[in-house]
Amino acid sequence: MSRISDCFTELRAAGRTGLVIYICAGDPDLETTRRLVPALEAAGADLIELGVPFTDPLADGPSIQRATERALASGTTLPAILEMVAELRRETQVPLLLMTYYNPVFRYGMERTAAEARAAGVDGFLITDLPPEEAGEWQPIAADQGLETIFLLTPTSTPERIHLASRLASGFIYCVSRMGVTGARAALPPDLHDLLRRIRAGTDLPVAVGFGVSQPEHVRQIGKWADAAVVGSAVVNLIGDHGRTCIAPVTEFVQRLRQVS
Amino acid sequence: MSVLENLPDARGRFGPYGGRFVPETLMPALEELTAAYEAARRDPEFQAELQRLLRDYAGRPTPLWFARRLTERLGGARIYLKREDLNHTGAHKINNALGQALLAKRMGKPRIIAETGAGQHGVATATACALLDLQCEVYMGVEDMERQRLNVFRMRLLGAQVHGVATGSRTLKDAMNEAFRDWVTNVRATHYVIGSVAGAHPYPMLVRDFQAIIGQEARAQILAAEGRLPDYLVACVGGGSNAIGLFHPFRDDPEVRMIGVEAAGEGLYTGRHAATLVAGSLGVLHGARSYLLQDDLGQVLPTHSISAGLDYPGVGPEHSYYKDIGRATYVAATDEEALAAFQLLSQTEGIIPALEPAHALAYVACLAPTLPPDQVVIVNLSGRGDKDVEQVERYLAEGPSRHSSPTPDAERSTLPLIGNPHYRG
Repeated sequence: MSRISDCFTELRAAGRTGLVIYICAGDPDLETTRRLVPALEAAGADLIELGVPFTDPLADGPSIQRATERALASGTTLPAILEMVAELRRETQVPLLLMTYYNPVFRYGMERTAAEARAAGVDGFLITDLPPEEAGEWQPIAADQGLETIFLLTPTSTPERIHLASRLASGFIYCVSRMGVTGARAALPPDLHDLLRRIRAGTDLPVAVGFGVSQPEHVRQIGKWADAAVVGSAVVNLIGDHGRTCIAPVTEFVQRLRQVS
Repeated sequence: MSVLENLPDARGRFGPYGGRFVPETLMPALEELTAAYEAARRDPEFQAELQRLLRDYAGRPTPLWFARRLTERLGGARIYLKREDLNHTGAHKINNALGQALLAKRMGKPRIIAETGAGQHGVATATACALLDLQCEVYMGVEDMERQRLNVFRMRLLGAQVHGVATGSRTLKDAMNEAFRDWVTNVRATHYVIGSVAGAHPYPMLVRDFQAIIGQEARAQILAAEGRLPDYLVACVGGGSNAIGLFHPFRDDPEVRMIGVEAAGEGLYTGRHAATLVAGSLGVLHGARSYLLQDDLGQVLPTHSISAGLDYPGVGPEHSYYKDIGRATYVAATDEEALAAFQLLSQTEGIIPALEPAHALAYVACLAPTLPPDQVVIVNLSGRGDKDVEQVERYLAEGPSRHSSPTPDAERSTLPLIGNPHYRG
C-alpha cells in the first residue's frame, strides 16, 4: 500500500473529508516550497500536490500560469524538485503527488523520472495532458516503481471513459468539477453532485474534487459527496501575494479550510 | 501498397508521432470531431458543398505558374509556382478554414475559435465564419498583433473578436495555449479551428486532407504542362500545413523529392530561430508528439522568425515522420535570405510573396542553379505579401544588422546562398 492509498483508507475509516493542497514547486523558490510542505501538513493538509512548472500550461488559468512563471524564473527543474522531495522525506511522510504536463517527464525519460521519483519519496503522478489512451507507456513504468497514476475525470467524461480511467488509475480519481482551466471560483457548479454520482457508479476508487474549490464552504459541500477536496489556485494566489513570507498566511488559510471538515 | 497509405492509424499516430496528449475534458470533443469528420468525408453532399465553396468562393483551382524570368535568372531547373496566394483572403489557409467551418456547422457548433500567427489563418477563419454565419473569436499573440496590424483590422472588419495574448513569448504558441484554454472551458458549443497540421488527432489528418487539394491540383497541372511529375516540391514549414498539402498527394511517387524549409531566423547558431525539424528534438506540445524546440528538461524554447507564420516551436507530426523515414528533407533559411527572396520574386515575376513562402523561395534560389534545365521544381507560393510590405519596408530601412553580431559565413544558415552570383543581381 502506498501513502496515498493509506491516506484515503484512513479518511474513509474516520469519516473525514480529505484536504488536498496544490502548490507549484519552486514558487517563488524551492527553499520556500521545502518549508511550506511541512507547514501545510501541520495545518491539516492530508495530501500535497506539487506542480512541476512547464512553459506551456494549457490547462491552467492565470493564477497557476503566474505561479509557473515565478517557479521557472527561480530556476526550478524536475530533478531539483525531486532532490527537494528527498530532503522533505527526512521530516514528513505526508503523501506527495507530482502534478505535471507530460513533456518534462517525457524529455527527462519515463524510466528515469519514475525511478528517481520513487527514490526521492514521491507517491504518484498526475500528468494533466496524459489521458488513459496515451498512458500505456507511462502507467506500467510508474506501477513498477510503486507510483500511483492519477487520472482526471470531467463533466464531459462519458461512462465509457469513466470505466477506462478507473481501470488504469490507482490511488484516487481526480474529478475536475467544471469545464475550464484551474482557478478559484465563488461557487461550486450546480451539476457537481450529478457528476460525482456518475463517477461513483463507475469506480470504487476514492474521488477528490478540484478546479474552482477555494472556500471552507466548498470543502464542506464536497465532503458530502466525495472523499477529498483539492484547493490550488486560492493557495497559489496567497503565495503570489506574499512570496517567501507566505508560510504564515497560507497556514492560516489551510487551517480555516480544515476546520469545517 | 504504400506504407504511408493509411496514416495516421486509429490512434492518430504517424509512426511514433502524433497522438492525443490533451486534458481529459477535450477527449470526448476530439472523439466527436473524428466521428463527424469521418462521416463528412464519406458524405457526397458535404464534399459537393465544400467543392462549390472552394471553386466559386475561394477561387480554386489556383494556377500553376511557370516562372520564366525567375527560372532564367537562377539559370537552372524550371520553376513553377503553385499560386495559393491567389486564393480569396490571400493564402492557402482558406482551404482548411472553409472545410472546418462547414464541419462545425454540420456538428451544430455555433461558436468558432482559432489561433493565428501571421493573421492569415485568423482572417481565413473569420471569413468562413462570416460566410457561414458562425460566431468567431481569434487568439493572437500581442507581438504578432503588432507585426500584423492590418490582419487584426481585417478580422475585426469581418466580425470576429480578436483577443491579444500577452503570456509567454506572445506569439503563435501562446495564442494556441489560450485557444486551448477557451476550448476546455466552452467545448460543448465551440469548435476549435486549428490552422496547421499540429495539435491532437484528428487535427493533423483533418487539416492535411483539407489542404491536400493543393497537391492534387498541382499534380494534374504539372502533368498537363510538362507531361511528367516534378523532380522537387519545395514549401515552407512552420506548423507545416501548406507543405503537407502539397506533399501528401505525391507521397507515393518516389521520384518526387520533397523539401520543407523552416525559419532559421537570425541564424541557427544564434538560437534565435524556429527550425524545429532541423534543430529540435522529440517532445510533446499542443496534443501531439513531434519534434520540438526545447531545452534539456523539456521546457519549450522561445523562437524567432521575421515571419510570424513560421514562428512556432512545434511542427506537425506527419512532417516528423517524413523526416525520420527520409520521405522529405528539411532545411532552413534565415530572415535575410527570405528577405532577399521576397525581393527577387517581386522583381522577376511581379509577384510579392508572403514572408513565409519567401523562405521556400530562398531555398529554391540556391537549389535551382545547381540543377540541369530539364529538371522541374514546384514551389508552394502559400500566400501573398501584402500583409508583410510594411514590415519589410521598415526592416530594409533599418538594415538587417539591427540586432545581430557579425555572422560567420560558414554558420550563417544551412543554405549556401551568400556569394551565389545568380542570386542578388
